[in-house]
Amino acid sequence: MTQTTAESPARKQRAQLKVRTLRTDRWWLAPALTFAGLSAFLIYGFWAIFDASYFVEPYIAPFSSPCLATSCPEGARFLGLAPFGDWYGLPPGLLILGLPAGFRVTCYYYRKSYYRSFWLSPPACAVAEPHKKYTGETRLPLIIQNVHRYFFYGAIVIGAVLTYDAILALVHKPAGLGTWILLVNAALIVAYTLSCHSCRHITAGRLNHFSKHPLRYRAWTFISKLNAKHQPLAWASMFSVMIADFYVRLVAKGVITFPFA
Amino acid sequence: MGYKAKFRVWRGEGGDGKLEDFTVEVNEGEVVLDVIHRLQATQAPDLAVRWNCKAGKCGSCSMEINGKPRLGCMTRMSTFEESETITVTPMRTFPVIKDLVCDVSFNYQKAREIPSFTPPADVRPGEYRMQQIDVERSQEFRKCIECFMCNNVCHVIRDHEENKTNFAGPRFLMRIAELDMHPYDVADRKDAAQEEHGLGYCNITKCCTEVCPEHIKITDNALIPMKERVVDRKYDPLVWLGNKIFRR
Amino acid sequence: MERHEYDVVVIGAGGAGLRAAIEARQQGKRTAIVCKSLFGKAHTVMAEGGAAAAMGNVNPDDNWMVHFRDTMRGGKFLNNWRMAELHAKEAPDRVWELEAWGALFDRTRDGKISQRNFGGHEYPRLAHVGDRTGLELIRTLQQRVVALQQEDYELHGDYEAYIKVFAECTVTRLLKDGDAISGAFGYWRETGKFILFDTPTVVLATGGIGKSYVVTSNSWEYTGDGHALALLAGANLINMEFIQFHPTGMVWPPSVRGILVTESVRGDGGVLRNSLGERFMFNYVPDVFKDKYATTEEEGDRWYTDQANNRRPPELLPRDEVARAINAEVKAGRGSPQGGVFLDVSSRLPATEIIKRLPSMHHQFKELADVDITKEPMQVGPTCHYIMGGVEVDADTGAASVPGLFAAGEVSGGMHGSNRLGGNSLSDLLVFGRRAGAGAAAYVDGLARRPVVSGVEEAMAEALAPLERASGENPYEVHHELQRTMNELVGIIRKSGEISEALDVVEKLKERAKNTASTGGKIYNPGWHLAIDLRNMLLVSECVAKAALLREESRGGHTRDDYPVMSADWRRKLLVCSAPADGSEVTVVEQEQPGMRADLLTLFDRGELAKYLTGEELAEYDAALAAQKRES
Repeated sequence: MTQTTAESPARKQRAQLKVRTLRTDRWWLAPALTFAGLSAFLIYGFWAIFDASYFVEPYIAPFSSPCLATSCPEGARFLGLAPFGDWYGLPPGLLILGLPAGFRVTCYYYRKSYYRSFWLSPPACAVAEPHKKYTGETRLPLIIQNVHRYFFYGAIVIGAVLTYDAILALVHKPAGLGTWILLVNAALIVAYTLSCHSCRHITAGRLNHFSKHPLRYRAWTFISKLNAKHQPLAWASMFSVMIADFYVRLVAKGVITFPFA
Repeated sequence: MGYKAKFRVWRGEGGDGKLEDFTVEVNEGEVVLDVIHRLQATQAPDLAVRWNCKAGKCGSCSMEINGKPRLGCMTRMSTFEESETITVTPMRTFPVIKDLVCDVSFNYQKAREIPSFTPPADVRPGEYRMQQIDVERSQEFRKCIECFMCNNVCHVIRDHEENKTNFAGPRFLMRIAELDMHPYDVADRKDAAQEEHGLGYCNITKCCTEVCPEHIKITDNALIPMKERVVDRKYDPLVWLGNKIFRR
Repeated sequence: MERHEYDVVVIGAGGAGLRAAIEARQQGKRTAIVCKSLFGKAHTVMAEGGAAAAMGNVNPDDNWMVHFRDTMRGGKFLNNWRMAELHAKEAPDRVWELEAWGALFDRTRDGKISQRNFGGHEYPRLAHVGDRTGLELIRTLQQRVVALQQEDYELHGDYEAYIKVFAECTVTRLLKDGDAISGAFGYWRETGKFILFDTPTVVLATGGIGKSYVVTSNSWEYTGDGHALALLAGANLINMEFIQFHPTGMVWPPSVRGILVTESVRGDGGVLRNSLGERFMFNYVPDVFKDKYATTEEEGDRWYTDQANNRRPPELLPRDEVARAINAEVKAGRGSPQGGVFLDVSSRLPATEIIKRLPSMHHQFKELADVDITKEPMQVGPTCHYIMGGVEVDADTGAASVPGLFAAGEVSGGMHGSNRLGGNSLSDLLVFGRRAGAGAAAYVDGLARRPVVSGVEEAMAEALAPLERASGENPYEVHHELQRTMNELVGIIRKSGEISEALDVVEKLKERAKNTASTGGKIYNPGWHLAIDLRNMLLVSECVAKAALLREESRGGHTRDDYPVMSADWRRKLLVCSAPADGSEVTVVEQEQPGMRADLLTLFDRGELAKYLTGEELAEYDAALAAQKRES
């Protein structure tokens, strides 16, 4: 100890409060909403991956882009490529799902949200968690969270592809509602991706002398401002990708048919 | 303007004790610490509470008010309903000495386990030249008033006493980040942050940031950047490979 | 009873105490730091402005001589000139040293420590970190102590081999062997158990006395412990009549009454108004300042943008003048609803500008008073801030008249004369903290034998008394009455009749304090702790009142309604307080202030000195100047 205080005659133990928390506010609301929001996304994602109506000229549903399987319609193929052979018969979305999913699963914000709402570790501040033991991210499997930056690199590619899709739509159908939905979605996805903590670290966070790297420092300043909005961007881009994806599928299925769809 | 408020205050020596009910006068503009002081002066002269500056600058009067870690001097009574019963308890993570006063020596012990600022041997006092932008990050962390509410609220030790040996808590992981980002510090702190001070225990659930009375962005600006610096060192396969090849 | 042997025991863990302990340890002495609060919570954290040191980083014309002159001027030439000299010369080294220990000050463009302007300082001189310089200082020194402990651990396998902090531990008596210090007696706040330090030296660094006043910017710790301990151990206190009242403290809500509102609010355009909406400061410009301050609001307002062609507004008069004016307005019934006056910046600057220039004030009022200073005026009033007086010490070593006793920081007297300049406090702590630590170490080296502890039983009985009485006075009530009395009768403006009245009350309170009873046990019992602290507060209050009654002039932090002018004859006199070991009665005697060394005296203009010195002293000045000319 840096300081010494007297030996207490009483037993040194915590206040023997038997309740889990003394909070009187609705502390359970935030984790409950998060749980509902994330669950909805999971359920939708599961359905969307196996749904085949992911393409309608000139829109491609974000969950299935880039489309790299031979089962992809000609126009849906990313740059016309189909690097996987005929042997691949599963839905094309599964091929690339890992990148955005991995990015979000290892994202510092999503980690907070699902550790709190799914694993209750802790459910809210100053509310006891139900687990007997806790080792955090010190060992397998959670130590894998540390690879977040590689998913970030992958997510940059996905962000670029979605932007490319949106621009393609803009070229072919500038007046389409779908085009603009895809554009907004691409913008939110890119903003969310760039606001990542790993990105902030890579730009200049790892340096100790900003003054010697003025350009990187400016990039860091910009990313830091975005980073402060990482949580709202995470939610906004999650909903926008869901909405955009669902919209394209509805158009593809012929449910939405108005002229500027 | 005054009214009678209902207070439930933890009383007891060591961990043994109970919540005691009081009815106490409250005047306009008062904070919880004022009411505790009125209890001392009128009903419970031996009610123990730590305090110093009464302006949120020293970080002494950390307590839990209606279950939330707060500074007693910065919690205004006007934030409560007049009919509400206000429960005041000591910090949960540390052993109680008496009433609202905890033994916070855990924190001082952890402070001592972190190697101090290590400047290069050849720079003499007066020769330091640092740019404002290079010191700003560490300056934010030095705003810390050591109220220890972040360490108190952190579930890693709040809910798991056994983790105390392996985990320095947000306050001192932030101290490591402060030194690691210091333009003149030459010590290598990344391995120790992970292996000795338990950075890996942090699951970035951000309660430390939520309770910080100085509004320091502990998680976003200290803990996560430090985690990323550790990744550079220990978990980045490319860097690892690069180092291998470079060394050969 | 617990007993510890040390070479140096430092009482107080603020800036001065920690710096003294660091020095003693660096000189190889086994050192204890004893403090009433937790380690790192000392009142030093409240300092906002900065540490004054003539480093010349912002203006290269600055040097120790300019700083020395500013300090003497600020103190109205009553300062111990040797202390002012050492302070001005050594402050830069002390600040640079902090940087090598990890402090991160704000920077200039070329990467040096930035320095800011402050009242009374001719050049930008205050090294600072935003407005939390005190926190930076205390944290740096705290971390330096830890670093030394880590060094000791490497060498000896024990962190506490050479320096140890005894936190939440109060010293109630200094023990002596004959004339010399031999130990210190105290109790653990946590357990109530007694503790004895066997030590040949004690360094007092206990800070001030603000808790004798109702409205104060000081924390509960400021009960004048060091002042009283020194007095009871036979040392002298000087300049106790000089107390700095900061003109603008918060007056509402009650919980923060007295908390500072920084001077920069007025510097950035804030104006003072009474309940009639008048800018009353125009009515309070004293004759000596008539030609330096604006006479119309228009001129005052122009000054903010054009300082060369306009005179400054009277809101920027020295602290004591503004404090007196606010006091007078409130007494005349023109105060604000909560008993202050209005300080308004909301009608003077756009909201964004206020938030940019005064972030912490905006935050402070928002969080503590629920007042948005960009929309409505603040209510402010004078608050007891700092005591210039304290233990009479040797300037070079910090040694008091009692062998083995040292003092540094606010508890020592002399350095600041009758009025302290903003920013000189933090540098004072560092310069004289180090000197006192070194002084104590040297004293230990020169000892032929270790003194022997005595008087433990008496000290123990004294401390236990309040607990042993089954019924008696409530210590909280005695304390409140003392605070009210000092605030009302020995406050900013003093009159002989009121001071005598206060002395009568203090006398009665001393009797009542002997009869206090504290319920509850010894474990962390604040009622008991207060009962013990009362002795100290009453003693220093008696010193303040008695000295204030004797000094028949007005100077710096001492204003007598019945003697409103400064007197050159009184400048040469210090009032020295002493008391017997039982503290029964304080005696105050006059003592002549030694004349300034010739080379320091000649740093000033004759015209300036003529305002302060007697004719006789001016003749000495002329002779010194002539001698200097002959030599060159």
